[in-house]
Amino acid sequence: MSQTKPYRVSHLDALEAESIFVMREVMAEFERPVLLFSGGKDSIVMLRLAEKAFAPARIPFPVMHVDTGHNFPEVLEYRDRRVASLGLNLVVASVQEAIDAGQVRELPDGTRNRIQTPVLLAAVEKYRFDALFGGARRDEEKARAKERMFSFRDEFGQWDPKNQRPELWSLYNGRHHPGESIRVFPLSNWTELDVWHYIAKEDIPLPDIYYAHDREVVERNGMFYAVNEFIRLRDGETSEVRRVRYRTVGDASQTAAVLSEADTVEKVIDEVAATRITERGATRGDDKVSEAAMEDRKREGYF
Amino acid sequence: MSQAVLEPDATAGRGMDLLRFATAGSVDDGKSTLIGRLLYDTKTIFEDQLEAVETASASRGDEYTNLALLTDGLRAEREQGITIDVAYRYFATPRRKFIIADTPGHIQYTRNMVTGASTADLALILVDARKGLVEQSRRHAFLTSLLRVPHLVLCINKMDLVDWDKAVYDKIADEFTSFAAKLDVPDLTTIPISALNGDNIASRSDKSPWYEGSSLLHHLEHVHIASDRNLVDVRFPVQYVIRPQSTTVTDYRGYAGQVASGILKPGDEVMALPSGMTSTIASIDTADGPVGEAFPPMSVTVRLNDEIDISRGDMICRRNNAPAVAQDIEAMICWMDETAPLRVGGKYAIKHTTRTARAVVRGLQYRLDVNTLHRDESADGLALNEIGRVKLRTTVPLLADEYRRNRTTGGFILIDESTNRTVGAGMIIEAR
Repeated sequence: MSQTKPYRVSHLDALEAESIFVMREVMAEFERPVLLFSGGKDSIVMLRLAEKAFAPARIPFPVMHVDTGHNFPEVLEYRDRRVASLGLNLVVASVQEAIDAGQVRELPDGTRNRIQTPVLLAAVEKYRFDALFGGARRDEEKARAKERMFSFRDEFGQWDPKNQRPELWSLYNGRHHPGESIRVFPLSNWTELDVWHYIAKEDIPLPDIYYAHDREVVERNGMFYAVNEFIRLRDGETSEVRRVRYRTVGDASQTAAVLSEADTVEKVIDEVAATRITERGATRGDDKVSEAAMEDRKREGYF
Repeated sequence: MSQAVLEPDATAGRGMDLLRFATAGSVDDGKSTLIGRLLYDTKTIFEDQLEAVETASASRGDEYTNLALLTDGLRAEREQGITIDVAYRYFATPRRKFIIADTPGHIQYTRNMVTGASTADLALILVDARKGLVEQSRRHAFLTSLLRVPHLVLCINKMDLVDWDKAVYDKIADEFTSFAAKLDVPDLTTIPISALNGDNIASRSDKSPWYEGSSLLHHLEHVHIASDRNLVDVRFPVQYVIRPQSTTVTDYRGYAGQVASGILKPGDEVMALPSGMTSTIASIDTADGPVGEAFPPMSVTVRLNDEIDISRGDMICRRNNAPAVAQDIEAMICWMDETAPLRVGGKYAIKHTTRTARAVVRGLQYRLDVNTLHRDESADGLALNEIGRVKLRTTVPLLADEYRRNRTTGGFILIDESTNRTVGAGMIIEAR
């Protein structure tokens, strides 16, 4: 066959096309999808993909924030602005409210990553969501490397890595019984660098904390934590003002910043390309607990 | 670790294309070491990962940093020393982004290999130079051809353990090439490597002056995949109908989907199946505005000039080039369920492109022994990991092509309607 044109697509366009395909499949086959939106960069990219998948119509499902109560104010402000501009319905599943109502108990160390899970599952039950879009990527972590695009969860929201449905071609099996649900990960095949390239290509605004800024921080185990209402100085610790940015945004009591001078998306891409430590390894205290920390949380029903 | 290291290039990120490949082989062939090596040599491995692996290697008493440990996944796998499931891994060079479907060699081997190969542009098979071709290598090659993976690379590994003997390499390469010729493998490349030492991985090794081909990474970066896609047969399975309910956009009715094959342009005369109604393309829309043409794998929204009834599961094609509208399907089926075998008379849900129907198994012509390719016509069922030629009858017509012509409109899955599990993968041989 003679070809006058190469008919090539870039890897970013191929990833975008795949993610859009997945989102449309969900909308066509499920009753009550919801998109998990934390205000973090991956969920922001996912929201942009949803916008593109259904244009010129509005995004046809609500978004849900599982709110630990340990937030960066910039991120909450971004969340509300973005949701309002897209005309979306926002569901907030509040960990603080669940604690106040006695539904979950605060952990002794005060961290709330793990107790997000029962709050998430209660919201799924309450609103009868049958498909939950999550922004997890397979390159993040080794348990996630084996995750499906459509990931089946039983009526307890649990993931069983030994009992996953084979996923062939682009034929996704979203069938489930009432009470069961499917987690859908449209960004499965994206890497951290892909996400940043896409943010640059699409000119997507992010919360300011993703770019280098001066912040009062304290160094613990080689990680830089912001000193704020959630993280206070311990005896013998001193804080200092450093130029930092966040690579991930999670529970503000456990998410660390990295030293950085990157105050534009292009500079962040340069840093990400040159960095030698994984995104979670550099910034997440919660993943350092054990070799299988993520696997265990996923089995319990975590994102 | 004396090999040249390729730096990821931040600025090159936008011009790269994407290559998906599946790796097959057992731990003993050095597959995990090879993947670890590719990740290491492309600087995909991060310091914290390498540190963890160094610690683990030391505690195991390994004499070298065991790169195979990089690809260990779940706790159950580490405990049992096996790999359970397909794992996906990522790396990039300035030219390409790569997605590896890393399929395990032991348990549920066929199911995982078929899954990984279904989306692969290329399959990479490893053999141990000391052992030569084994039953498993032939099985890998067969599954690669069954799934119509366009490119096949045979890595003859552990060449350091046979003193880089050209005769050893030639013997294995010749034997494999003649076996592959029977299988209709379109593009085969053989490469002598040492995954452990990094020879012929990121760059050509001086230990094999007799080898005139390229290094593995160079081959992966340059193998021509653009023409693998079918740009001839227009197939646009409709996923979802976009009809905005708003006051600003009125009268919009667009058919959303991903182009399976062919090239669509505004003004083209098209036909919708199964209705057979024709119209012309008014516009091909994306969120970034209309485009002049759409080709695989683009996700777009097609609008037509006439109001004809089209919904999810329908297919837009050309009047003189259309898929079969067929309820009788003959296919090779790989069975993937351990709880119950495929039986004649069994009824399943069938998912094919964006269409879902029910299917009954009308007949099992033979079960294929994937090691010997022997056809057992007396078989009365297909158990887990078995492959056979099956006749199906569907409740509604599928809009289907032969799998060898079109991997998207020729593939389907079977779903058990009581457990909702994906139990079979099918490749259509004939649809009528």
